[in-house]
Amino acid sequence: MTVVSDGISDRTAGAYSVDMRPEGVALLSFSGDWTLQAKPPGAGAITSDIGANTGLRRIGFDTGALATWDSTFVTAILGVVTQSKAAGIDVDLAGLPAGAQRLVTLATAVPERQGARRTATRDGLLVGLGKWWLSAQKSMLETVSFVGEATIALLRFCTGRARFRRVDLMIALEDCGPKALPIVTLISVLIGLILAFVGAIQLRQFGAQIYVADLVAIAMAREMAAIMTGIIMAGRTGAAFAAQLGTMQVNEETDAFRTLGFSPMEFLVLPRMLALIVMMPLLCIYANILGIIGGGIVGVLMLDLTPTAYYVETIASVSLTDFGIGISKSVIFGIVVALAGCLKGLQSGRSASAVGDAATSAVVLSIVMIIVLDGFFAVVTSVIGI
Amino acid sequence: MTGNAPTSRPHIEVSNLDLSYGDFVIQKNLTFTVNHGDIFIIMGGSGCGKSTVLKCLIGLKSPARGIVRFDGADFWSAEQTTREAMMRRFGVLYQSGALWSSMTLAENVGLPLGEYTDLGASEIRDLAAMKLALVGLSGFEDFYPSEISGGMQKRAGIARAMALDPDVLFLDEPSAGLDPISSKLLDDLILELRDSLGTTMVIVTHELASIFSIGTNSVFLDPVTKTMIAQGDPRALRDHSPDAGVREFLNRGTLASATAPVPAQAASGGATEAAP
Repeated sequence: MTVVSDGISDRTAGAYSVDMRPEGVALLSFSGDWTLQAKPPGAGAITSDIGANTGLRRIGFDTGALATWDSTFVTAILGVVTQSKAAGIDVDLAGLPAGAQRLVTLATAVPERQGARRTATRDGLLVGLGKWWLSAQKSMLETVSFVGEATIALLRFCTGRARFRRVDLMIALEDCGPKALPIVTLISVLIGLILAFVGAIQLRQFGAQIYVADLVAIAMAREMAAIMTGIIMAGRTGAAFAAQLGTMQVNEETDAFRTLGFSPMEFLVLPRMLALIVMMPLLCIYANILGIIGGGIVGVLMLDLTPTAYYVETIASVSLTDFGIGISKSVIFGIVVALAGCLKGLQSGRSASAVGDAATSAVVLSIVMIIVLDGFFAVVTSVIGI
Repeated sequence: MTGNAPTSRPHIEVSNLDLSYGDFVIQKNLTFTVNHGDIFIIMGGSGCGKSTVLKCLIGLKSPARGIVRFDGADFWSAEQTTREAMMRRFGVLYQSGALWSSMTLAENVGLPLGEYTDLGASEIRDLAAMKLALVGLSGFEDFYPSEISGGMQKRAGIARAMALDPDVLFLDEPSAGLDPISSKLLDDLILELRDSLGTTMVIVTHELASIFSIGTNSVFLDPVTKTMIAQGDPRALRDHSPDAGVREFLNRGTLASATAPVPAQAASGGATEAAP
């Protein structure tokens, strides 16, 4: 095969001509450069040119004027060969360069495997709907059984029978607790500030600035602290869980657990779930305090309240029930984040992009579940009047 | 070879095994017996379902039909707990090594020991160090899997698989991706472990060199007919198999009397690989 130099200037683009000879013989003549860079005509143009002739029985090649060639040339020839074969036309390869002849022979040596080619089929609306429903059913079933297994693992832990490495729990605790503090600090203070700003503008019109303290405290305690820590943990920890477990799936590490009789649920999911169950309420309390401080900063600097007045108003406005509601929600959100991350990780396919998808869908699932469950909590607490 | 050469006592008996993913049949009608002390090779072109057969033998994939027996006990119809107890008598070396990446080599080897024995931490560490020394990884106890080479990971994987002194060791393409020397050392290690401990070995591979140097019995899976087309000592199959395709495979496709074109094996395998 002639190796192509990169001198673009001295190149003539490949060209071809079809000469009809007597007795249904066509002679295909090639000239110029048939290389990737020279942009010669494709196989489609040639085959349609040939197809225009009727009564064709035989095709020959003349490559006397061909300067250089590479796989583009072979692809074009292959197109001619395949189409001619299908139409029952003889192809005589003798006129081709020896290397090209060998490559064409090699490419046609193994017949295409029956049923191997993927043909894109478009499903009808009903078929698509049916398939969607079946897969939705399957994933619902998987989710339910996963939650069930996780519950059993948690019960086994409570009775002291669960098997997992203590050091895994320690690592997960560190990851979900101290390492999450900076981002929780930043977000909580900012949320407190924002709530105070929003309230301040309205309340100042009535000279009721002091109620900014009530607004911030109640909003943080009941809703914002739990939701924001939940969302932060979904983004930083849930995604990490999914990626860790997904990678272990790719490396067959989870299989290695299974064949040794270790349950991945106890060894991998349980420590992560426990870590979030322990750490989420602590992070929620921390976020409460910092959010209230953030509100206080606005109150003191912008609304000329004294720190003492702000503090007293805060204490008077929120009850332990408010904090209790927020903190219990944070425990639930922690479980949701841990389960969504671990479920998506263990369901991950065995490729790099599958691990990425697992992390993405873990975050999406966690956040959706957090918001939905929070709405559920809001309805329940208002109905029972707390 | 010492007294632990292959015996005629059946260890693993597979009868009429069918494997499929949904409607997609991987292999059907597999019937073979692995004796105690055998080094049993499961071979065949890429994508013929060798690894799936192995997954069925180690309890990761249930068969569509058929029976797998270990020392006469039915594996797949056993209770979950019984099956798990049987699985504890296996060691498995996965294709990628599958060492737990968050643990050191000593912890990898020691974890099964810690869970299934009453040994203390220092005894476990000594045992783990011994197993690692057996596979030539003395001094690497505190390395993480990502810090050692591919060949070392494979050997550490064997050390972990041997942790509970299993009766049978399953190896999934042990020499894949190894240079010829490491591959030879691994073969020597497998022979040595079989001879000294009497462990039955089931190896999925298509490395001809190791098939001939260690295999005592084998089964050949065909991707086209989706069943086994030959069985027996790989050296005998190479020279005397009635099936030309098997002889061709075992002679690296250089069989003079071969009728099929040379690339057929590789090409037909590739398509199955892409299946679900």
